[in-house]
Parts: sequence; structure tokens; C-alpha cells
Amino acid sequence: MNQAFINELQTIVGKEYTLSDRESLAVYGYDSTPELESLPGVVLLPGSSEEVARIMRLCYGAGVTVTPRGSGTNLSGGSLSVGGVVVQTSRLNRILEVDEENLTATVETGVITSALHREVESRGLFYPPDPGSMNISTMGGNVAENSGGLRGLKYGVTANYVMGLETILADGETLHTGGKVVKDVAGYSLNPLLVSSEGTLGFFTSITVKLIPKPQAKITMLAHFPAMSDAALAVSAIIAAKVIPATLEFLDKVTIKCVEDYAHVGLPLDVDAVLLIEVDGHPVVIAEEAAAVADICKKHRCSFFQTAQNAAEALKLTEARRTALSALARMKPTTILEDATVPRSCIAAMLKVIQDSARKHNVTIGTFGHAGDGNLHPTCLTDERDKDEIKRAHAAFAEIFDAAIAMGGTITGEHGVGLAKKKYLPKLVGESGIRVMRGIKQAFDPKGILNPGKIF
Amino acid sequence: MDYVKLINCMRCGMCLPNCPTYKETFLETASPRGRVALVRKLQEGELEQSERLLEYLSLCLDCQACASACPCGVNAGELVAEFTCERKSDTGLNFMEDLVLRKLVPHPDRLETSMVPMRMYQKTGLQKLVRTLGVLKMFPKPLERMEGLLPTLPSRPLRQEISEVTPAVGTERGTVGFFLGCVMSLIFSDASRATIQLLSSLGYRVITPRNQVCCGAPNMLGGDLDGLKEAAYTNVSIFDGYELDYIVTDCGGCGAELKKYGHHIEGDKAASFSAKVRDISQLLALHTEELTAQLKPLPMKVTYHDPCHIAHCQGIRKEPRDLLKLVPGLEYQELESADACCGSAGTYNINRPEMSDRILKRKLDTVRDSGAQILVTSNPGCLLQLKKGLADHLPHVKIMHLTEILARSIAG
Repeated sequence: MNQAFINELQTIVGKEYTLSDRESLAVYGYDSTPELESLPGVVLLPGSSEEVARIMRLCYGAGVTVTPRGSGTNLSGGSLSVGGVVVQTSRLNRILEVDEENLTATVETGVITSALHREVESRGLFYPPDPGSMNISTMGGNVAENSGGLRGLKYGVTANYVMGLETILADGETLHTGGKVVKDVAGYSLNPLLVSSEGTLGFFTSITVKLIPKPQAKITMLAHFPAMSDAALAVSAIIAAKVIPATLEFLDKVTIKCVEDYAHVGLPLDVDAVLLIEVDGHPVVIAEEAAAVADICKKHRCSFFQTAQNAAEALKLTEARRTALSALARMKPTTILEDATVPRSCIAAMLKVIQDSARKHNVTIGTFGHAGDGNLHPTCLTDERDKDEIKRAHAAFAEIFDAAIAMGGTITGEHGVGLAKKKYLPKLVGESGIRVMRGIKQAFDPKGILNPGKIF
Repeated sequence: MDYVKLINCMRCGMCLPNCPTYKETFLETASPRGRVALVRKLQEGELEQSERLLEYLSLCLDCQACASACPCGVNAGELVAEFTCERKSDTGLNFMEDLVLRKLVPHPDRLETSMVPMRMYQKTGLQKLVRTLGVLKMFPKPLERMEGLLPTLPSRPLRQEISEVTPAVGTERGTVGFFLGCVMSLIFSDASRATIQLLSSLGYRVITPRNQVCCGAPNMLGGDLDGLKEAAYTNVSIFDGYELDYIVTDCGGCGAELKKYGHHIEGDKAASFSAKVRDISQLLALHTEELTAQLKPLPMKVTYHDPCHIAHCQGIRKEPRDLLKLVPGLEYQELESADACCGSAGTYNINRPEMSDRILKRKLDTVRDSGAQILVTSNPGCLLQLKKGLADHLPHVKIMHLTEILARSIAG
């Protein structure tokens, strides 16, 4: 990137927040996605939405690309830039308002998800989306990827909570969509379009989300299953019994071992799978639900069923689950993680597909994930230096994606298409799907400067 | 350096919220994930060993909070330290490093003599004069910082005063070797005296070998791995001369280093030495009943700061808290982010004053919010840094070593 242009950008955000040395660019060349790296031209850390708008105007005029980046925990390569401007949102980290009358919170885009949780929970309110990386991830990133989380089964995903957005458009103009109203049918619904747009339609600067009352109580349980298929069938049976737990997480043997190695929370090392189940709500109701869950697990041959005795014990279990992806890297240096998602009734069939593909292609796959959502995270444990194994891993995943599509599922439930799953998207949405998406992109970003190369 | 250790980092970012320098800057170059990437890219030839790269790496406190947070077992702090060692073994130590790490630190007598002028400086009232006149403004910044950090020195280092054998009170339950940290002996001798008394009151015969040398942590910090190994050989062979059940230290930094002797040098003796090392809190926690019988009421609000070398490097968090809660009448208040670094980090507060002050400020804010009257910790680096910080900003809060407050409760 030419120095004169960098200097212009520097006048907007200041020297301290304009990074263009080789060393800095090198470490902004990655996010959490394995195998993908590219060097940006410059990295900026603006301190206000006005600065973002000025950056955008300047880049629009010069035809330079802009890629938003939060904490760089993206899992589909969505925050990588080839030679363009990377805008890191970390300094835009104020919680602007918690409106207890309207049950909304308005935050700047760089607010860490769990910081919002702490703030609203201290007032007896609740913001349910809790992606695995919630202690690191930013709200802007969550909206851009439509992040899910452990509580998705009962409470849904980020999209279900976004009420209003302030977005800087490609030309630097500001777009306000939605707000605090519960009902709004004026014109096209633009919020759902912007949510999960992966930084390709605009740059979010502030976000208004819906809050709900904090559940009065919760019960956290762990069921051990000697056979993986029984765990999967128990998941479907729980939902069929009309119990909707907040969390219904699955961990297979490989994942259990890795997580236990790090977290030491007493996970069983001699079973094929565990289910981590959390029910929340009114104490009387959840006592009944917990009993029903226990009953179903026992009917499905669970060998041991434990209930967390206190909040600290419960938190330990859920926090341990959050480390699953990273903990899997204890076994092998490269972990290729996917998030193919199927209708929840197909979870047992999907697990079998994953196992069969792993065997067929001779790769180790550890699987964990949001079983209740039909959203599993098969994770291939490999070593980037072993080119042949990497090839086999991708072959296995191609099969897994095909199977997911065939079951009426999708290639990505919550990590986004980004760069990593681009080539599978046409298979899922077809030519007409791609055509409509391109049309939308064209309407928002005619010059194609916003996070280019992502999604399609 | 082992390349696999570098590629084990899968860049999930779990370390980011734990890293004090990332929290201050939000810069990837100031994060554990970024540091691992910098070293890796250097090894891969993508980056050169530029001044700037070294500057970025040197911002690391080596507090190892990142290691506590890393589910895949990467220790970015240690990797940076290892990198520094390897670089130093190529370039060699410079004149000052050689003087301090080889000619001064390994020799307790020289170290003690070097403090004599400082003691004189304080005793004669010169310190007061110098501080009043602001004379230090004329000297290089680091000197002024060092002078500011130094609390009133004891009249003699503990090593010169303490007898080699302190007998057990009552029935003897075992023998421990006491590893006397340099800074503990030179500056916080009251705390280490309390440690020895506590051990003896619990029925331990305490042996404090006079000829023990510095644990070698300053060498490791300065990239002088050979110096560390030399210290390890010396100490292992000295303590091997006694029949000991445990080797105890009340210095977090020493404890962390002593526990790694078995890793740094070959041989069964080093491994068995390391296996015997306990932080004082670990040993005291074995005797809560006997302690409870001795503790008298201490009606104070107390909070605890986890030294990095105790919480992150040794994984000890529960014992110090449990011990404080034994004291009758003591109101224990947990400190927010108690295991976040205080910014001391060896010589970091002298070399990197600006960042150190920012990190210290965060810590002091949490101490203020805790409402505690006494801040307890158990590492001399933290004691120095926080003592100065409290004196400047929260003069109503006093700082004590864990063993000091327990000894005070026993004294009643």
C-alpha cells in the first residue's frame, strides 16, 4: 500500500493506531482459521464511528478494500485481507445503554460478548447468545457471522436478538435500520440481511439487541454414554419429549480426553460420549424437566448421570466445554473444524457419516457441538506439514458437507462461509441463490470494496 | 527452539483477555498469540530479527497468564523467554548483563555488600535529602525508578542473621530446607523470619544453608541459561547434603524456578530436589488444624493478589486463600482479576516503566474497589511494586506477605 495513502489514513486515527510495519502486518495476516493467511496493507484501530465513516469515505474514493476485524476469532477466514485496509474494532468498546424499560441494550461494535453478559445480568436481564469464544469475540463479529452458541437450542442465535443497527456503508454514509420497536414492517427488513453478511455489506458501528429477563434458576447435568449412538438418540428423544433444554451439548471420546487434560473437571475417560445438558427457567418447571431428561438418558443406556451441585460446579462444566476446540489442538498442531448443520432429527445419522468418512479417509476426527441444534463440530486433528493428510481431511469434509446438504442441512451453521467454505456454497444455494446474493452485494457495495472475496 | 511448540498455537485467541499488555493496547503484536506468531515467522524466515520485532517481544511480562488460559498447552511467555535465551547464547551477554548476572547475582556476599551503600544512604538521611531536592531527576530514568521502589532496608540481610538450624517447637515432625530468596533476605527479611518461625512452630526443624546461592531466575530473565544452570547445580548439591522432607520457599519467583531445576539440568538429584520444593502456602495448608489452634483474632478486611509465579507458573491459588480464611475475625474479600500481573515482572517495572505503570494502575483500582485494609501477596517483586503503588495512591492500604499476616495473627 502506498505510503501517501497510509499517511492520509493516519490523519484520521492517529499514528499510534495506524500499523503498517512488516511485523504488525504479519500478525494481522491470520485469524482463528487454520491454513489461511494473507498480508493486509495497513491495520487501523479507530476510536469512534466518525473515524470509521471517514476511513470508509477515503477508501471508497481510492477504491481500496476494507475488512472489519474484531478479536480475530473468525473460523472461516472472514477477517483476512489481501493488501487492503483492516479495521480492528477493539477500541469501539463502550456499552452505550441498557434500557430496562424497553429491554434493550445498545453497544458499540467492539464490545466483548461476555462483557455485555456481565453488565445486563447484574441488572437481572439476559442476553442469551453465547458463542464458544464469548470471552474474546466482539458483538460486531457476532452480528456479522450470526454467531450461535451453547444456549442456541432454547434461545436461538444472534439474529434473534438484533433489533437495530448503525452501519457505515461502503461510501461512508450511515444507515440506521430497526431500533427499539418490537414491531416494524416499514419497507424491506434490512436487519436480517445485514446480520450474517460477514462484513461484505457494511461496517457496523452500533448494535441494539433485545434482552429478556434472566432465568430464575438452572440445573446443569452431565450424562455419560458408553455408546455414541445412544447419546445421539437420547438427544432426539429429549426434544421429542417436548423438553427444550437451554443447552444440549455433545462431546465424543477424543474431545473428552483433550478437554479433561486441560480443565480437570472430572470428565469420564472411559465412555464414548457425554451430553452436557442445562435446563433453565422457573425452579419448579426445571425440576420436572431435569427429571425427564435424566429418565430419557437412563432409558438410552447412559452409564452415569450427574447433576452439578452448585453454580461453581455448573460453570466449570460449561466453561470446560467452551475450551473444546482449542483443547483438541493438544493432540495435533492443526485442527480443521467444521460446522455442518442438519435437522436435529438427523443427528445420529450425521454422527455416523462423520465416523465413516474419518475411517474411509484415514483421519482422526474429534466431534463435539450443539447436538440439540443439529450443529456438530467435527474437527480433524492433523498436522499442516503432512500435506497428504491435509488432502485426506478435506476429502472427508467434502463428503460430510454433501451428506449434510442431502439431509436438508447446511454447510455452516454459525461460523460463516468466508473464504473457507466458499466453494461449497453454490452446491447449497444453487445458481439462483448466488445470483440473488450478488445482486444484494451490488446494491450495497457497487465498487466491491467491502471485505472482498468472502462468501462467493 | 522446538518448532512444534510454535505451531501448536492454533490462534483461537483464548489468551487475549488474560494478557495484561493486550488488555492495555489491543494490539496483536502485544498479545501472546501474536508473540508466538512473531517467533514462528522468524523461524520460518518470513520475518527478520529486526529491532522492532525484538521491541515487540520485549513488551511481554512473562507473567504466563496466557499459559493458564491456553487449552492446547502453549506457553507463549515461556516461548518468548526461550527465544531470548537462544538469542543471547548467540550474541553473548553484554558488559552490564555479565556484571550483574555472572559477577554479582550468583554471589550472596557480593550482593549483600552491594546493598551496604543503599543502607547507608537511607540511614544517614541522604535518601530523604535526595528525594526532597529531586536530585535523581539528573540521573538516568531507571535509576530514579529503582530508588523509588526501594523500601526501608533491614539493618542486616536475614542470611547473615539466621542460624543454620532452627529447631522444631515441640515434637519434631520433619525437617525442611529453607530456600532463602535474595530479595526476601535483603529487603523482606521480616517476612522470611516469620516463615521460619511458622515452620518451626508447626514442628519442623528448619535448615537454612548459608552457602545457598540465588535461584537463577534473574539469569533466565536476562537470557543467561548457562548462568541458571550453574545456580541450579550449586543449589542442588548444597541441599543434597541434608536429609530433607521438603524444600520450602516463601518467594514465588524462586519457587517457580526451583521446581524447574529437574527440567533444566540432568540427573536424579535435580529431579528429586525439584520434587521436594513447596511454596510455603502449600506446606502450611497441610497443617490447618494446628494453625487454627494458634491463630488469634485479627479483625481486618483483607484481600489477596496472586503472584504470577505462584498462580500461573505453579498453579497455586487455593492454599493462600484457605490460609487467610483460617484467621478468626478476618474478613476475606476476593480481589477482582486477582491473578492479573501487577506489572513488577522482574526488572520490567524498571525497563518498561510506562507499561508497568498502566498495569499497576489497573491492579490498584481493583484493590481500591475491594475495600480491603490489607493487601496480602507472597512474592518479593509484587511486594516491591505494590508497596510503592499503594504508598503513592492508596496510602491507607498496607501490604503484607502471607506469612507476616499469619505470624501477626499468632502473636495476637
